[in-house]
Amino acid sequence: MDKHDAQSDARPVLEGPDIARVLTRIAHEIVERAKGADDVVLLGIPTRGVFLARRIADKLEQITERKVPCGSLDITMYRDDLRMHPPRALARTEIPGDGIDGKLVVLVDDVLFSGRTIRAALDALNDIGRPRAVQLAVLVDRGHRELPIRADYVGKNLPTSLRETVKVQLAEEDGRDTVLLGAKPDAQ
Amino acid sequence: MQRHLISAADLTRDDAVLILDTAEEMARVADRPIKKLPTLRGRTIVNLFFEDSTRTRISFEAAEKRLSADVINFSAKGSSVSKGESLKDTAQTLEAMGVDAVVIRHGASGAPYRLANSGWIDAAVVNAGDGTHQHPTQALLDAFTMRRRLIGPDAGLGQDLAGRRITIVGDVLHSRVARSNVDLLHTLGAEVTLVAPPTLLPVGIETWPCEVSYDLDSTLPKSDAVMMLRVQRERMNAAFFPTEREYSRRYGLDGDRMARMPEHAVVMHPGPMVRGMEITAEVADSDRCTVVEQVANGVSIRMAVLYLLLGGNEPAVTHTRTEEKQDR
Amino acid sequence: MSKILIRGAKVLGGEPQDVLIDGQTIAEVGAGLSAEGAEVVEAGGKVLLPGLVDLHTHLREPGREDSETVLTGTRAAASGGYTTVFAMANTFPVADTAGVVEQVWRLGKEHGYCDVQPIGAVTVGLDGRKLAELGAMHESAAGVTVFSDDGKCVHDAVIMRRALEYVKAFGGVIAQHAQEPRLTEGAEMNEGVVSAELGLGGWPAVAEESIIARDVLLADHVGSRVHICHLSTAGSVEIVRWAKSRGIAVTAEVTPHHLLLTDELVRTYNPVYKVNPPLRTERDVMALREALADGTIDIVATDHAPHPHEDKDCEWAAAAMGMVGLETALSVVQETMVDTGLLDWAGVADRMSFKPAQIGQATGHGRPVSAGEPANLTLVDTAYRGLVEPAGFASRSRNTPYEGRELPGRVTHTWLRGKATLVDGKLT
Repeated sequence: MDKHDAQSDARPVLEGPDIARVLTRIAHEIVERAKGADDVVLLGIPTRGVFLARRIADKLEQITERKVPCGSLDITMYRDDLRMHPPRALARTEIPGDGIDGKLVVLVDDVLFSGRTIRAALDALNDIGRPRAVQLAVLVDRGHRELPIRADYVGKNLPTSLRETVKVQLAEEDGRDTVLLGAKPDAQ
Repeated sequence: MQRHLISAADLTRDDAVLILDTAEEMARVADRPIKKLPTLRGRTIVNLFFEDSTRTRISFEAAEKRLSADVINFSAKGSSVSKGESLKDTAQTLEAMGVDAVVIRHGASGAPYRLANSGWIDAAVVNAGDGTHQHPTQALLDAFTMRRRLIGPDAGLGQDLAGRRITIVGDVLHSRVARSNVDLLHTLGAEVTLVAPPTLLPVGIETWPCEVSYDLDSTLPKSDAVMMLRVQRERMNAAFFPTEREYSRRYGLDGDRMARMPEHAVVMHPGPMVRGMEITAEVADSDRCTVVEQVANGVSIRMAVLYLLLGGNEPAVTHTRTEEKQDR
Repeated sequence: MSKILIRGAKVLGGEPQDVLIDGQTIAEVGAGLSAEGAEVVEAGGKVLLPGLVDLHTHLREPGREDSETVLTGTRAAASGGYTTVFAMANTFPVADTAGVVEQVWRLGKEHGYCDVQPIGAVTVGLDGRKLAELGAMHESAAGVTVFSDDGKCVHDAVIMRRALEYVKAFGGVIAQHAQEPRLTEGAEMNEGVVSAELGLGGWPAVAEESIIARDVLLADHVGSRVHICHLSTAGSVEIVRWAKSRGIAVTAEVTPHHLLLTDELVRTYNPVYKVNPPLRTERDVMALREALADGTIDIVATDHAPHPHEDKDCEWAAAAMGMVGLETALSVVQETMVDTGLLDWAGVADRMSFKPAQIGQATGHGRPVSAGEPANLTLVDTAYRGLVEPAGFASRSRNTPYEGRELPGRVTHTWLRGKATLVDGKLT
């Protein structure tokens, strides 16, 4: 995500309680569309997608009174822009014990933007197993897709311009829950 | 900017830990049904081996293939090199074929350094062992093996080997493995002791960042890992030691000696082992011996190194330690 | 024009004077000499030295004309201020017969840039087993007086003893390349801290020192004189100092590179620093400078060892040993000995002209700059400082360790028996 710190003029578009509410809604939608979520496996995309996946898994457990398998999927090695940056440190890929073969995998990420991360995630999944189906849940969809990819569960659709940045902060990593919309520093 | 991996001494502590952490993730790929990553697709790596070393070559080859690189194996035997072609011409010929990296094994100390620093080629150079100088990926895989065994695969992430006591036994004089390990283990905070007969220790060793002992038995109880180096039988004829028998009696690791090591301590060997010389079959086949793990870890480490050197538009391992090197 | 007036030259670094050359001889030295009928060279405070004498040069001809010839080597010598070079015997074929030494001698005469005094091999084919025909070489037109297996050590103690004894008959001298062969098997650099780290085969100081110790004792025992080539260690200095204090007839040389460079440079694995004996440590360098200053080491000799590019543009182990030195020797000596205050220019004249000529019995060379002496002279611009540019070398080879290094001093003129071989830094 955007590296620079939230600008002083960045404004929050989602606050803590909003985030909790939309994650609850996403959990309900998953149960509804997956008809009870019996075979759902949540895979978060590091870093913040993993925390979101865990939160959704907790909500699913509350709703279905069953543990929902939840893991992480690092897509670094599958990125299509590797040669445009120095190599990144790898994050953990943690596939729950029963694997993903024949399961409904719900990928979880914080922001859906160009779609390239999700493309990489689909490639990574392909090397790990063969799910029954793959769905995508994101906290924010800010548009500007560069690939034919869409989300199945969206916390908030946020129309943005390319001169803007969207920054998601989560308590586990950043100490608080918020989504900030700001201007790119070099666009000012 | 460091585009090459020539010496373990060039790695900073953070570089080394990054490589070990990356290798930890790479190791998990080996557990998947498809043991392959697309990361180095379209990159060409040549394994340029002027010395026979099947194990090292296939380890690099496995790492390169798991990262989807195109691999060219070049062995000096039966090639233009045996007809007198120079290292420079060989390297330039290969580079003309569009090679992104050269993994080189050479009998002459410093050959990879020359290849990387003489302006002969632009490709990244990875030292796969040069003469009696360095073998940095071996040191990294050894450190990786120690960290996994002594701390744990997950608990070890982000950790160095601070305070661990590592003993390296055998032909230090002719060993690139010993030199690389001393450099890297020191960088990672470990306390290294070299044990060998005085004839197999180089003159000038007093500046190395380690202890030196002639007595194996007194060192074993204070060791968290004991690394046995291969001792070639030919050394006997050059009067480095009187007989094989005497060498094994004084410096070989057998069951009795292993029993003097702390319970958690492991036995390591870079291979190939000379059973009955520096290590008995009892020790080599015991659970405490990590030889087979070291081989598996070698692939993970080499994947990590290749990813960090070639996976982006510039290497992630960027620090040189020339100044510190000169301090020693 | 047969008269040349060198005006305002600091003769041996002293007060500026004029020096008049008439034909092959120095006619007059003094202040305010008349320039009538003479070509005038304005020295403008440059230092005038007797023509330098190198007791240790590899001219490579016959056999390795790809690296140097007598012509290119003597041109390099003239560029460096030399009027005599002693050509080492390790050619192909080896200079172990009267025929080969006469050929080399004659080539030097024909080209006329610098006198060439061939050195004869001590043993046939330099193999250390059978004495070469030392007497025949001495009696040849080349008049060989210095014998050496340089490149190899006369390691057999009996052969060395016999050689030392035998050359007494005609006043010859054996120049020993001191290297105990068993202790230096697989040797690639000085054995010590750096070799331990780099994993390169060690060339221990003791391999040199033990041979020197043996040979000074042998020379003492048989009443001969012995010359030690390219002495390189502090320990060797101690042995020679001890031998001289005992009155043993030993002389010793040091190369310019051993006065300046250390084995730390080998960390680059650049074979331009590969040389035999190897570059040693800072401590050795300092001991060598001190020994040259106090006279323990008698002379500077270049060990000019040309090699073709491909023999250095390779990995360390595959590279040839040796450095070219004729064209940089005086600059390195100025840097290490004069500019450090260890030696004045009279001292330089002694170590680089008088003494080497004396050891090698080079008649007419290494003479004082005074009336009646042969006009073998070198004019040095000691105020100059510049980068070493191998592209400008007269030598056929470029294997200098000083490429791009700033060094002081530049030879602008050289006269060989009154004939200019170098004028304003350009060969004639």
